[in-house]
Amino acid sequence: MSESGEGSKAGPEETQGSLAPQGPTPPAAADSTETGSNLPARLGEERLNAPVARMGMFGVQGTPDTSGFGLLRVHQAPALDSPRPYGSYFDEVADALGLSDAIERVVVDRGEITFHVRRERLLEVAAKLRDDPELRFELCSGVSGVHYPEDAGRELHAVYHMLSITHNRRVRLEVSVPDADPHVPSLVGVYPTCNWHERETWDFFGLIFDGHPALTRIEMPDDWKGHPQRKDYPLGGIPVEYRGAKIPAPDERRHYQ
Amino acid sequence: MGIEEKLPSGILLTSVEKVAGWARARSVWPATFGLACCAIELFQTGSPKHDLARFGMERASNTPRQADLMIVAGRLSQKMAPVTRQIYDQMSDPKWVISMGVCASSGGMFNNYAIVQGVDHVIPVDIYLPGCPPRPEMLLDAILKLHDKIMNSKLGKDRDREITELENARLGLRPVHLAEPTEAEL
Amino acid sequence: MSEMPHAAAGASDAEAAEGRVYTVSGEDWDEIIAAANEAGDFESGERIVINMGPQHPSTHGVLRLVLTLEGETVAEIRPAIGYLHTGIEKNMEYRTWTQGVTFCTRADYLMPIFNETAYCLAVERLLGIEDRIPERAQIIRVLMLELNRISSHLGGIAPMGLELGATTIYTQGARLRERSLDLLELITGLRMNHAFIRPGGVAQDLPPGALEAIRVFLDETPRLMQQLHTLIDANPIFIGRNKGVAYLDLEGCMALGVTGPMLRATGLPWDLRKSQPYCGYETYDFDVPVRDTCDAYGRYLIRMDEIDESLKIIRQCVDRVAARGSVDSDPVMIRDAKIGWPAQLSLGPDGLGPSPQHIAHIMGQSMEALIHHFKLITEGFRVPAGQAYATIESPRGELAAHVVSDGGTRPYRVHLRDPSFTHLQSVAAMCEGGFVADLIPAIASIDPVMGGVDR
Repeated sequence: MSESGEGSKAGPEETQGSLAPQGPTPPAAADSTETGSNLPARLGEERLNAPVARMGMFGVQGTPDTSGFGLLRVHQAPALDSPRPYGSYFDEVADALGLSDAIERVVVDRGEITFHVRRERLLEVAAKLRDDPELRFELCSGVSGVHYPEDAGRELHAVYHMLSITHNRRVRLEVSVPDADPHVPSLVGVYPTCNWHERETWDFFGLIFDGHPALTRIEMPDDWKGHPQRKDYPLGGIPVEYRGAKIPAPDERRHYQ
Repeated sequence: MGIEEKLPSGILLTSVEKVAGWARARSVWPATFGLACCAIELFQTGSPKHDLARFGMERASNTPRQADLMIVAGRLSQKMAPVTRQIYDQMSDPKWVISMGVCASSGGMFNNYAIVQGVDHVIPVDIYLPGCPPRPEMLLDAILKLHDKIMNSKLGKDRDREITELENARLGLRPVHLAEPTEAEL
Repeated sequence: MSEMPHAAAGASDAEAAEGRVYTVSGEDWDEIIAAANEAGDFESGERIVINMGPQHPSTHGVLRLVLTLEGETVAEIRPAIGYLHTGIEKNMEYRTWTQGVTFCTRADYLMPIFNETAYCLAVERLLGIEDRIPERAQIIRVLMLELNRISSHLGGIAPMGLELGATTIYTQGARLRERSLDLLELITGLRMNHAFIRPGGVAQDLPPGALEAIRVFLDETPRLMQQLHTLIDANPIFIGRNKGVAYLDLEGCMALGVTGPMLRATGLPWDLRKSQPYCGYETYDFDVPVRDTCDAYGRYLIRMDEIDESLKIIRQCVDRVAARGSVDSDPVMIRDAKIGWPAQLSLGPDGLGPSPQHIAHIMGQSMEALIHHFKLITEGFRVPAGQAYATIESPRGELAAHVVSDGGTRPYRVHLRDPSFTHLQSVAAMCEGGFVADLIPAIASIDPVMGGVDR
């Protein structure tokens, strides 16, 4: 989920109060705030207030766009904070975890739960996830990074997936850090498997994991400059040559956005 | 040392070329440089169904020192390129290279920062074999074409003359993307 | 011989390990040993740092191991990977969702169907169509997955023999693998890197004659598997080199994030097909082979048993498909015109393409169908913003795809969590303190595929 850069979102009650009713009255909206938060009209308001992510349909650079889609503006998806109850086993996990000051927000989406954790408290949260008998997330599937350049102040996300074999559960942890200060505590002490995963995330995104025993490049050559999977790093292809024509590299072509 | 040092001239040279070509084509030992998916098809070419052993080529030389043929099977990454060059340099003459698969021949579908767009940026290639991955039968066809090439390769003065002719022919060509297609190609 | 580290070593002189660095270029061992003795570099135990790879037939691809040896004992292992890094994940950000399948399928090239399935399951979860995938497509997916599991395990067991010097194990394993590749080719058109599983279903239905061919395969394979068992299982050299080698117990597996046959060799019967089923696996009848020896031999036995279990599952799939009707009432791709890639394909004079019926429909009968077809092929479908993580039980362990969408026609970020990448970290834990010769069967028992490791 890309965020609108506001940090922790306001609760559902406040936003519902500022919304003028549009269209048919939603069923049981007066009493339960949960169903109110899912109304399309409400999300539309938030979305219009979010910054613009993409302009136009074709990502056209340098050639005129006569399609009429050039005026299309797509806004970012808003940051969600799912209200309780989360459903399934997520409530048990959230209750057993506690540490509500360490967790910025919780997103329950498409059958998966994501805890957005503050980076200072990451080690504590991970240790609790591993050791608490109610949680017992023994297996960490690894870290990967995602780069959201339009998300000022929270560009780099480190995403951890945990599996509990004892309870047969999965959770996701997400830590957001700014580009200017891309430091995240290393989980190698808690989950040794993160060793190479953190090296790979450093290699591709420039996320620095403090406390990692040997944070060096792992996939790219040792003297490579730049972090390839960031959005500001070009794909780096060469133009494709045909007889009498050259087609630009894949990242420079017109494409549907 | 090798035959190259003691070559006769004229008709005798042609006869030596024929015998040397015949002998070399039948005793090629590949230094299998299996990198990615094409290496699996190379592996299957060694299976009894496709039987690379009929050419005596199932004895893959693990050390490049004893290898004649380098089959670059798979995508060549930027990190691997210096290693490829080093292995190629460690092979002793005569040596040939088959670039197996589109990734080795031209970068294939991976037109990006990580893949060398064609192994001929790093080492000279004799046979380009397209496919993603090429079937074992296609690899056998490439090997047969290579055997053909080896059998007909020239030595000594004949080779020098051949190189000069080829170079002169190539110097007159324009870059592909600027060349208009000829009548025959249209 | 010189004192400068070789250009391909990577680290510069100042950054290399302390002590003198020797470059070996051949026929100069006596010089090196003389210089080493003179310099008095070696401590009481002779320690040599040897570089194994990246080009080496026994390392399952381009894996580089830097070994510190004391005689025959391995003191330290440092694996270096990245020699096959292809930038698959970044490439997928520049292609549509369906085209992404052709990229991710080449990550772990011994199990392409598994890569595709993990990615497609994640995309389907983002689309919200997980429960609308047609039943026939699910059955075909399971069929292909298990076929690929057989070919992948054989692709791991055959090199296991080759690396120990037993070429017959390799030829017999490759021979059996050829049969499974023939089946894969019959159904998908390709022997490898099929791009067959697409978001919403599969690319096309089973061709006529496929069920009979699979039945023949199912009838003949047990006999050939028995031949392999006779060849390998009680072979004293194979046992001697694999039993007790590469020990990694349950604690080690949990700490290092190891799943798959390596985890099941420790005695824990954890298989995602049973505990978190996908594609309808909960409706199939099969067992999960487990051993508790924690060594390379146990892992080999588990892989052989898993091939037998896969044969069982394939038989059930074939019976189910045979019991169903014809294609028209039984689609293999979701019946959603905005997502479902045209899946009625036929072989014409110019190759494989949409069937004449489909073309007649879109050109003559329905304008909407033409528009949907056009927009799907050129623009692709749009996936609502969000992220999803789909995990499957691959032959090597837990394979997962973490897919992030920003609402567009292209993935925003795709990360493949590959089991081989995680398992290679355990080489040091398994082999340090053992002999150099044990390194080979240890890596063979992990069965890493460098395409998945480096992506």
